[in-house]
Amino acid sequence: MEKKYPIQQVMDEQGNIINSSYEDQISEQLAINFYKHLIKIRIFDRKAISLQRQGRIGTYAPYEGQEASQVGSALALQPNDWMFPSYRDHGATMTFGHSLRNILLFWNGRNEGCVPPPNKKIFPPGIPIATQLPHAVGAAYAEKRRGTTNASIVYFGDGATSEGDFHEGLNIASVWNAPVVFFNQNNSYAISVPIEKQMKTKTIAQKALAYDIHSVRIDGNDIFAVYFYTKQALERARNNEGPTLIEAVTWRYGAHTTADDPTKYRNQAESELKRERDPITRIERYLQNKGWYSDSTKIEFEKAAAEEVDQAIAEMEAFPKANPEDMFRYVFEKPTWGIEDQKNELLSVLRGES
Amino acid sequence: MQTSVKTKTLTMIQAITNGLDTMLEQDANVVLMGEDIGVNGGVFRATDGLQVKHGEERVMDTPLSEAGFVGAAIGMAINGYKPVIEIQFLGFIYPAYEQIMTHASRLRARTMGHFHAPIVIRAPYGAGVRAPEIHSDSTEALFTHMPGIKVICPSNPYDAKGLLIASIEDPDPVLFLEPMRCYRSTKQEVPDEKYVVNIGEGKVCREGEDVTIIAWGAMVPIALAAAKALANEEVSCEVIDLRTLYPIDRDIIAQSVQKTGRTVIVHEAHATTSVGNDVLAIINDTSFLFQKAPVQRVTGFDVPVPYFGFEDDYLPTTNRIVHAVQKVMNY
Repeated sequence: MEKKYPIQQVMDEQGNIINSSYEDQISEQLAINFYKHLIKIRIFDRKAISLQRQGRIGTYAPYEGQEASQVGSALALQPNDWMFPSYRDHGATMTFGHSLRNILLFWNGRNEGCVPPPNKKIFPPGIPIATQLPHAVGAAYAEKRRGTTNASIVYFGDGATSEGDFHEGLNIASVWNAPVVFFNQNNSYAISVPIEKQMKTKTIAQKALAYDIHSVRIDGNDIFAVYFYTKQALERARNNEGPTLIEAVTWRYGAHTTADDPTKYRNQAESELKRERDPITRIERYLQNKGWYSDSTKIEFEKAAAEEVDQAIAEMEAFPKANPEDMFRYVFEKPTWGIEDQKNELLSVLRGES
Repeated sequence: MQTSVKTKTLTMIQAITNGLDTMLEQDANVVLMGEDIGVNGGVFRATDGLQVKHGEERVMDTPLSEAGFVGAAIGMAINGYKPVIEIQFLGFIYPAYEQIMTHASRLRARTMGHFHAPIVIRAPYGAGVRAPEIHSDSTEALFTHMPGIKVICPSNPYDAKGLLIASIEDPDPVLFLEPMRCYRSTKQEVPDEKYVVNIGEGKVCREGEDVTIIAWGAMVPIALAAAKALANEEVSCEVIDLRTLYPIDRDIIAQSVQKTGRTVIVHEAHATTSVGNDVLAIINDTSFLFQKAPVQRVTGFDVPVPYFGFEDDYLPTTNRIVHAVQKVMNY
């Protein structure tokens, strides 16, 4: 079965285009834009880990190593599409236009973090595993019924494919021919459980076969493969050709979250070897091969990204303290009497009334 | 000039069909979803004829996939639709519990109102119809405990239609419990037109002076029968149908128990951590000094709702209610 789902690449590890059918679609501007986004989300990720270590945000889920999967897929979307991320996909959400300040607020325990900018259809991060897949199907199906060409993309990891909601989501999407792209980032580990203990199948892409939906296995560190295959899947969706399951094979260098230690469950030498396949190194090689690379551009991008992230951190840290009333305000459209009573009691205690 | 409201004599299940039909006509965004609700018209025929009338796009047979279609309904709801889902029996809702618990109920709070999930989940529930195993659960407390979802339970045809329409129009997720035992047990005049019974309002079904009996769903007719039996013994019972289990009508409870000073709470759900215990807390908070006797509870037992060989022993009966009323009277 593995042979039926070979890992598709557009660019090899050395940054050479090996699938010439896409070559003329890669302009300097496109490649540079990819590079810029990759640098930005890596800087954000590293900075966020450091903020967590300093106690300036709470537990954080890093994605270093998975940048090409997130940037490439997000840039393939149209502005009116829907995005349903998991908790590790803020690289994708910020590429799609989520506010960096709000993403940081999320990791700092604030509900504002789940609020996307106006007109950006980004669902809050899925915390339970795979439950966001049916949501993406429903939102996509609603677009189809209204006769738009908007689609949904939903992100999830390899472990999520063991959950019932993965299978129920794929099945319903198949029956309804919903315009949805199931974007799997296979990083080989569900926290500490390696993929061999997660599933007997060698690929995730083959799971689509049972639902008679299109699937493809791609190199998730090859941003061109991610971008072009996601774009194709979205085009299929818009043309009423149904859902697609994309398995992007990638690697997360770090921990599942800042609360666990990957040295306990993963050979670090093996993890370091993966740096040779790093998504950012790869596009740098490509840009060098094309003569489109310069150290000064890289420094300029890194500086701009760091400034943008620092600005977001400053905004996050200057953000007003959580107003306890907000905890009660949004449970229902109008608070019930019980919630109203509880709010008033808390406020009166906070005001020091007896 | 007097205008007369056109009515029909309907059973509860017919009133529900009528309510769904009314809302399919009135609101193009209303979509019915569930297993076997199309050609088959649902296992209890609640959607009988609606697919023929409104089409397959409005009355959708879904795959057998409670988590999947409740999740998909959430996705449709955030994107402009108002899905009304039928779960075949409340006992089959558990696969979808995660979707209800972790998404539908807390979506508005998580996103500070940016997204919300205005779905209605209809679920036949309760014992007393000789149903197979698992079909008779009365686990409303699992849902009233969860912030962000309203829980409704009508006991008669008129309320069923009015509350169903109110639920569909409500911007928050609603669990709409339909006591199977009441589906065809009584008929009532039900207006043809659209009307609502307000969510959160209970109803005094029988006025009385000595004892308040508080019930909902299929226990309301049993409580009324007990009140009738007790009237022969010159005990005057007031019977309250809660109708909404979250948020409960605090005022109607307080008003009645302050008048009578004695209360019996009746429900078929298990006793521990039940909605009845919340009613007790409301009485404690609002009316402690009015009480002439400790509140009595007549409930199902803390055992899984049994297979129907035990059903008559499991369910509260008129007799058990009469005993509880005598206990508070003789305290």
